[in-house]
Amino acid sequence: MNDVPLTHILFVSTALFFIGVYGLFTRRNMITMLMSIELMLNSVNINFVAFNKYLYPGQLNGIFFTIFIITIAAAEAAVAIAIIINFYRSHSSIDVEDAGEMKW
Amino acid sequence: MNYASYIAWIPLLPLASFVLLGLFGRKYLKRSSGFIGTIVLFTITVLSLVTAYNYFFVDGKVNGIYQSIIPLQFTWLQFSENVSIDMGIILDPISVMMLVIVSFISLMVHIFSLGYMKGEERFSTYYAFLSLFTFSMLGLVVSTNIFQIYIFWELVGISSYLLIGFYYDRPSAVAASKKAFIVTRFADLGFLIGILILAFHAETLDFHTLITRLTTAQSSQLISITTSSFLGVSMLTWGLTLVFIGGAGKSAMFPLHIWLPDAMEGPTPVSALIHAATMVVAGVYLVARLFPLYSFDVVALNIVAYTGALSALLAAVIACTQTDIKRVLAYSTMSQIGYMMFALGVSGHGGEQGLGYMASMFHLFTHAFFKSLLFLCAGAVIHVVHSNEMKDMGGLRKRMPLTHIAFLIACLAIAGIPPFAGFFSKEEILFAAYNSNKLIYIVGVFTSMLTAFYMFRLYFSIFHNKEPQVQIHHGEGTLSMKLPLLVLAACTVFAGFVPLSSLVTADGVPLETHLDIAFSVVPVALSVAAILFAAKLYRKQNDLPDKISTSLGGIYHSAYKKFYVDEIYIFITKKIIFNLIGKPAAWIDKNIVDGFMNLLAAITAKISSLIKGLQSGKVQHYALYFFAGIAGLAVLFIYLWK
Repeated sequence: MNDVPLTHILFVSTALFFIGVYGLFTRRNMITMLMSIELMLNSVNINFVAFNKYLYPGQLNGIFFTIFIITIAAAEAAVAIAIIINFYRSHSSIDVEDAGEMKW
Repeated sequence: MNYASYIAWIPLLPLASFVLLGLFGRKYLKRSSGFIGTIVLFTITVLSLVTAYNYFFVDGKVNGIYQSIIPLQFTWLQFSENVSIDMGIILDPISVMMLVIVSFISLMVHIFSLGYMKGEERFSTYYAFLSLFTFSMLGLVVSTNIFQIYIFWELVGISSYLLIGFYYDRPSAVAASKKAFIVTRFADLGFLIGILILAFHAETLDFHTLITRLTTAQSSQLISITTSSFLGVSMLTWGLTLVFIGGAGKSAMFPLHIWLPDAMEGPTPVSALIHAATMVVAGVYLVARLFPLYSFDVVALNIVAYTGALSALLAAVIACTQTDIKRVLAYSTMSQIGYMMFALGVSGHGGEQGLGYMASMFHLFTHAFFKSLLFLCAGAVIHVVHSNEMKDMGGLRKRMPLTHIAFLIACLAIAGIPPFAGFFSKEEILFAAYNSNKLIYIVGVFTSMLTAFYMFRLYFSIFHNKEPQVQIHHGEGTLSMKLPLLVLAACTVFAGFVPLSSLVTADGVPLETHLDIAFSVVPVALSVAAILFAAKLYRKQNDLPDKISTSLGGIYHSAYKKFYVDEIYIFITKKIIFNLIGKPAAWIDKNIVDGFMNLLAAITAKISSLIKGLQSGKVQHYALYFFAGIAGLAVLFIYLWK
């Protein structure tokens, strides 16, 4: 198990995070943006688990945080999808460009 | 006797009537508002008379001295341990006398107005205002605290303003009410500063404590107020003079008198109540209330005396030339109040010295009756003739016999002919002046002669002179208009016999007065001569008055123009104050104050138009800013903030 160094795992999580950021900034589809946010959250989860495993193997703090984040992410996804559905009902679109009513 | 059980009703009932008529009068009580007001006034007149009887004859006197009794008092605003504004009721000779005068005259005016104001559109509003005035005036006279008197003073001012401007569709009435309000308000500024000076040094607002502290020799407060000075005059003199300025404004003393003649724009019964009998003597009352202090300070007392004498003389001269009957009466009011003021000014405190004080209060008492009678008669005449100008009248004696008799009695009273009321009080005043200041005595006698002249000029012009020009269809007026004339005429005849000298004195000790026939001969003879002269000029229509006025030339003209006091005021306010203070202030306001605000607004607008592009409304832009911010912070923390 210890033959995979920590840096490799951090590399994966960082890559995952920036894929998420890129997706969030470039996609116009709200569902895709939501998925990007999930990617970012999961990269954070990987970080937590990895640090817990490599630095404090006897403790469970990081694991607990991960479980919390998964729970919150589920709730957040539910809220976000509810917003998207409502938006679709009123605008017949889920393009984020169409949600411009809040601008000055 | 327990005054507390009913005394509070005296001011509170008119207040209740004001609230009732003010809120519901126009809609629900249109017909009955006059009766409600009159019944309330009748009740409080009875209560006042009961109070007066109890005070003067049952239990006011302890060891031969009238005490001041405070049946009711509560603290309203506590500033510090010593200084508080109290609300209360004080009973002492002058306040009890004023209670009777105010409620009685107000009752007469209420009854008279039932006929005079009948059919007015705002009948119930009129009665509501009258009730408000009565409430404020009663509150003023029973004040225990100098700040309480100030509050009611302003209430009286506002009700006077409302009543002068009652016919608000006449521009002249509106202007007159504003003038009255602004002039008296300006004077009240002096009053307020005076109160603050006195209260600051005496460390109290309560009348009794204030007077005790500032008249006790060697008290720390007295030393403090006499040793500190401003422009070389002690603070006691400043305080008293400033308070007197407030009183002079309300009492129409020169040079603050300009509002009173214009105030005649109000309904005539109002003039009888407010601008003849009650409100305008508030200034005299104020000086009398603080008299122990004034008698302590020669300078302030001299200011009172000379202002009073000057006002009495000037007003009498102007009154000889005016043609509007209400204005003549207004100037005569001013002149008579001048009498009261200089009587206070020549008085001392206590014993025989206090004759002037007693005479002043006596004159206040008798003047209230005959002057309100004169105004109500004038009201009855105006009601019939529909004009205020003398030239529209004449020969009314057969048409209005009752009014004629009443007016004649009042004229004889004001001219000081025995045995009518004015004679007694005027002789006391002149006697007091003779004993202390010969100059003022001469002014007083001369004014008394002028008074007789212009009052009989008025009398002959209205009731004799020429054949009546108006046809009277509806008689002299209703019973409600005749009754007050009868009652007041009776009072005018008999008020002089009230032994006021044993009731109302400066120190509460009854004073023995006696009529000195030898002394009275001169003023009475001069008055009679003046009456005969007026009869010669005005009894029959002739061209003598015109000849005299043209031969007097400039003097007559300047008196006719009221000595140009109004013009001087306008010059000072419009030219000097407006140009020197108003215009620069307006420039500063427009350019500097507004400019600063505009600059702030312009900067804000500029910046916001620069950064408003950030609010694009695109979620991803916001996310980008957020991300950039986080990245920036991360760089900051990692590399710069080691």
